[in-house]
Formats: sequence, C-alpha cells, structure tokens
Amino acid sequence: MRYRSVLLKLLSALIVFGAWEIAGRIPVSYAFPTFLESMSALVTLTLDGTIFTAYAETLKPLVVGIAISAVLGIGLGLTIGLSAKFDWLLSPIFVVMQSAPLAALIPLLIMAYGVGLTSKVFVVCIMAMPVIVLNTAGAVRNTPSAIKEMARSFLGTRLDIILKIIIPAASPIIFSGLRLGISAGFIGAILSELKITPTGVGDIITYSRSIADYPSMYAAIFSIILLAVLFLNLLEKVEHYLFKGNIRGYASD
Amino acid sequence: MPQTSNALAQHDGPNVEISVSTRNVSKNYGNVEALKDLSLDFPRGQLTSLLGPSGCGKTTLLKIIAGLLSPDSGEIEVNGKTVTGPGPDRAFVFQDFALLPWASVIRNVAFGLELRGVAKSEREDIARKYILDVGLGGFENSYPHELSGGMRQRVGLARALSVDAQVLLMDEPFSAVDEQTRRKFQEDLLSLVQNESKTFVFVTHSIEEAVYVSDQIAILLPRPSRVSEIIRPSGFRHKGIDNIRRDSEYLDIVDRIWASLRSYVE
Amino acid sequence: MKIFGYQLPGMSSLILWGVLWEIVGRMGVTFFVPPLSEVLQTLYSIIGTPAFVKALSETAYAFFMGVTFSIVIGIPTGILMGKNRLLDELLLPWVNIFLSAPLTALVPVLMVLFGFGMKSIIITTILFAVWIIILNSRAGVMQINRSLVEMAHSFGASPMDAFIKIYFWAALPEILGGVRIGVIRAVKGVIIGQLLISIVGFGALFELYSSNFLMSHFWAVLIVLFGLAFTISEFLAYLERRVAYYAASR
Repeated sequence: MRYRSVLLKLLSALIVFGAWEIAGRIPVSYAFPTFLESMSALVTLTLDGTIFTAYAETLKPLVVGIAISAVLGIGLGLTIGLSAKFDWLLSPIFVVMQSAPLAALIPLLIMAYGVGLTSKVFVVCIMAMPVIVLNTAGAVRNTPSAIKEMARSFLGTRLDIILKIIIPAASPIIFSGLRLGISAGFIGAILSELKITPTGVGDIITYSRSIADYPSMYAAIFSIILLAVLFLNLLEKVEHYLFKGNIRGYASD
Repeated sequence: MPQTSNALAQHDGPNVEISVSTRNVSKNYGNVEALKDLSLDFPRGQLTSLLGPSGCGKTTLLKIIAGLLSPDSGEIEVNGKTVTGPGPDRAFVFQDFALLPWASVIRNVAFGLELRGVAKSEREDIARKYILDVGLGGFENSYPHELSGGMRQRVGLARALSVDAQVLLMDEPFSAVDEQTRRKFQEDLLSLVQNESKTFVFVTHSIEEAVYVSDQIAILLPRPSRVSEIIRPSGFRHKGIDNIRRDSEYLDIVDRIWASLRSYVE
Repeated sequence: MKIFGYQLPGMSSLILWGVLWEIVGRMGVTFFVPPLSEVLQTLYSIIGTPAFVKALSETAYAFFMGVTFSIVIGIPTGILMGKNRLLDELLLPWVNIFLSAPLTALVPVLMVLFGFGMKSIIITTILFAVWIIILNSRAGVMQINRSLVEMAHSFGASPMDAFIKIYFWAALPEILGGVRIGVIRAVKGVIIGQLLISIVGFGALFELYSSNFLMSHFWAVLIVLFGLAFTISEFLAYLERRVAYYAASR
C-alpha cells in the first residue's frame, strides 16, 4: 500500500488519543481530563490569544539561548576538533557537563542572576551547549582521512580542507547535535519557567493547575510538545534543503 | 638504475625518457621497514605496474611519489624536479574513490580544478568533457550514493584526468568494483594509455591485470621490500583487446610471475 | 596533546581547571565561587552526616528504581519493535516524539496524577531514560546480520536458544550504548524530578544550601553528584568496551 506509513501514523495517533479519551472518561483520576476536553481548552486558549502572548514570553530566552549556544557551541566544537591543545584543555569540561545533571545548577543561577531573562538564557545555554560542542568536535575529529588525503593530493591548502572537506563532512553530525541541543534547551526553558518565575507557558501550566483547570493545563503541555516536535522536524527539512547531498551513506560504502 | 636500464635497453633502445625516478628510497613505520633502499625508474608515456603481495610497500611507494608521504631517505624526481609534496604534475586515483559524498558528480570531477582556483564556469566545462570521456554523460548532477561502484571510480578517474597532470598515479583503482566492470576498466585503460601522452604508475596485486595493461611490470617483494624483477611484455600489446588474454606470451608471463610470487603468499 | 614528546592523559586538564578554581576562589572574585580546597574540606566533613546519607539514599533509591524499570520496559520493547514491523511503525513516531520533547513539561501532569512523592520522581526518571533505551535496543536488533538468523534456523535452534545465545549478544553493544545514555538521562531526570516535584534527596540539599548561602556545601554536594554520574557512566563505557571487540566484525 502506497500510503501505508501515513495510514499507520494516523492509526497510531488515533489509538493513543482514543486511549486518552477513554482514560479521561473512566476517569483514571479527577485530574485527568479527556482528550477532547483538553483540545477544546487548547482552542479556547488559541482563540483568545493567551497562547500567543505566553509563547512570546517563553520563546524569548529559548531563542536567545539557542542562538548563543549554536554560534558559540559550533565555534568551540570546531576549535576543539581541529586543535589538539584546545581538545586537551576544553573537552573534559564539556564531557563532565554532558554527563552531569546540570539542572542542579538552576538554584545557583537564580541566586547569582536573579529571576529575570539573564538567568533563563543561562539555563538554556548550559543545557544546550555541551552536546553541540561535543558532537561538532567529534565529527571534525572523525572526518574520514581518505578524503582529506585526496584534497591534499589535489593541492588543497589547510583552509581549503577545513572549509571544503571537514565542515561539509561533519555537517550531518553537527546538525544532529543542534537538534539535541535545541531539545535540551527547550527542557531548560520550560524548567526555568516552572521553577524560577512563572511566565509564559509555564505560567499557564502552574496557574491552571492551581485553580484545578486541568484541561487548560494539559492543553498547554500538549502545545509545548507539539511545538517542539514541529520545530525539530522543520529543522530536519531545512537541513535536507540546504545540504542536499546529506541524505546519503559515504561514497566508499 | 641497473635493472630498469637493462630492461629498457633490451626492448626499446637507450633513448627512452624517464619521467619519474626514485632513488634509494626508504620508509619505516615504527619498527616495520616498509621500503628499504629502493630504486626504480618509470619511463615517460608508458604504464608501469607495481605488482606484489600485501606488505611489499607498493602503495607506500606510490604515495611517496605523490608527495602524500615523505620518505625517511632517498629522493624522488618527477620530470627533473625533486618531489617535496603534492604538485600539479601528478594526479592520484584512490582505491576507495575518495569522492565528496555531499557533492554532485560534476563538482567532484571539477574538485581538483576548484582547489587550484580555476573559475567555476571554466572548470565545469573541462569537467563536462571528461565526464563524457569516461562514459558518465547524463550523470553530471547525480550524487555518489546514487552511483554504482564502477561509476564512482569513473568519477575519480575523470577528476584525475581533468587536472591535466603529466603523471597519473593509480592505487589499486579497480579492486573495489566487480569482476566484469574490472575487465571493462582494464580494456578502457589500455586505450587511455595509448591516447594520452601521460606516464601511468599503477599499483595492483592482480597478476593478470598487470600483464594485461602494462608496458613495464616491476615486481616487488616484501620484507625487505625490493624490486625483484622487471618485465616488459612486448609482443601482444597491439593485438587488440580481445586477443591479448589468449596470447601465449601473455599466458607465459602470467605463469612465470605466479611461480615466483607463490612462495610469498601467506 | 603532547608536551616535550609525552602524551598527556585524557582528562588531565581538569587538574589545571581545579587549580584555576582554587585561585579564583582565593581571590574572592565572587561570593558564589569559594576556593576548591574549602569545598573539598566541606565535602569531607559532610559525607558522613545523617542529612547527607539520607539525601543520598533517597536519590539513589529513585535513581535505581527508575533505571531498573526503564531497562525492564525499554529493552524488550525495543527488541519487539526491531523484530515486528507493524509494531515498529505504530510505536516509533511516539518514541521519537518523546525522545526529543521537553519532558519537563510532563512533570506537572505526573504531579497531578501521582502526587508529590517518590512515585512521581521515579516515573519522571523512567520517562527521561526509557526512550533512548528503546531506540538503541531496536537498532541493535535491526542490525543483526541476516546470516546469523539463517544460521540459527539451519541448526534448528529453538526461539529461546536463538534469543539467549545469538540475538542478545549480537545486539548487546548497541543495547549497552543505549543503557549508558539512558543512565545519564536518568540522573538528569531524578534531579529535575526532585527540583520540581518534592524537595527530597539531593534536590532538598541544593535548596537548603542555596537558600542559606552555604556555597561550599552547595558545591560539595554538586561535586559528589557530578562525580557519581560520571563514575556510573564510565563504568558502563567500560562494559561497552569489553564487548566492543566483536562489535566491528559482526
């Protein structure tokens, strides 16, 4: 069947949302609204504009933080990958950062920078940067030596090799690092809203929970997850468009 | 170089020019002596094979000539100039193709020119010509992963041809393709050698392949690496591609080589 | 990196950073960064205290329960998805969604449904870890060489035998890799759970020390936590290396 995969995705969505609906009707818990209730709350929130103002708030630290993390992260990753000295100096820091639960630092950041935009941007950055840096550095270091040698044999300079061979070869992994970094940054943004100050979407969640408006709470959460998924899919499409040759194996397979 | 000059003198007379000459080349990897005091000449306009079992240093020698490796001692001269690194007078064809997976065929073929700073439209025109020459017309905008192994190697060959170097260095270029494609490549290589006035240095471990395509075969033996023999098959080169493999001189030479190499196979 | 021809060991620059920390701390640049030596002394003094031990055991309990459930649920699910195409097509989109979604957003739901206690924290931990374990187990099964499967058939192996003697080992390198990443995520999950849901375990200590401005204590506990997370991850990496010898030639 040609549309098999689309049909199956729809089917699986139906099963999950259907189960949600049924669970809500039983009800599994007084605090568990049905799927339809949550969706109508979502529609209400959208129509009266609350969702949009909320996201404007939430997205601020997220966008700023991701932008900083991407630029700084890829830059550091390239430096680490290309230079043994910087690798020795900086890799351990990021390796430790990546395996450690950085969320523990959040109370510290609140103390140091207060409850404003700065600390939220910081939270997003510390969550997103390690994976971007390490992925970029690893990809640069693992460039297949065959094509580097080929470029040398055709008189490529060091700069040529970095710009035309190493960076394109590393780009799939750099992009995947960006995606992981963005997810982590998202977690950081939501975390800082639930923990530091209720603003934006985090506020909708906390507030509706406190007044027992569960459909709205679930609606907000659903919208966050939906947004994250859509954005990451979009990023993947952008990568495919910009780097058409990236959907491939390696030519020596 | 006694061996080569003798061999040349016997068959071609004393006036053949030498394009590439290697003298007393040694190369060690840690404790392993890959090459020891090796000297060999490569006549201009002809195809010389480096033939031998694994570990005899043939790829090492090829890469030293290319300037990708530097020898621990000895010198390499190409057309009278000492080799210190890669240069515009030599082009390399890689065993595993070494194509840019993210670039189209035409960009890959033009890559050598791109690295030399040739303008885009000019280098693409040159690339197009060679793409047609190697029989890949119509695939200019395809990507390596869309091509078969044989086609990918043609891209590598077109790339090496398009920089118009006088010396073409080929590192087991047909070993990663299937047997039928390999035979076709060998036939195509014969006509390429005849039509271009380049010097070819060809590394292989297939005896039949070496005897089929070469004007001169240098047999290398391992540990320590040395040139054991130089053979110049002469009688059958002009007989046409279909008749070479049944020519009795061809078969004799193949048998002779196998007899001497057999004991070196582990 | 080499100095005077000697290869410096991998993580040795941490010593340099440690020295830097000490210097910055002593200069009193900022209140929030006490000297490393002070932190280490505090660390030494609090390790035996009942408050610390309680926090450690609460965190450890949640962590180990979470990881165990993630493994017990994750590996079989991943394996089944790898073997059965229909199941895979139905479940994979969800696994991918939850893998990249900001899971923190789900924590309020857990709080509402399961209360403010250990149960929610454990479930948070599971949610953080299970998806990558599923994905890696699935990948491990899917890359099993067809020939191994046919070989098992041809020698008449029973399904149980085939699983235990062949498939499990063939997929093990990927599964271990998934467990290692899952464990790291589980540590994050435990801490996030403690920060958001209820203040127990290390989360409680962090809140306590930070609100009382006991910076040395704060960093001491942080070092312990980072150290533990790192040790567990390195142990799993060691296990991975033990099976790596056959990974490349499967």
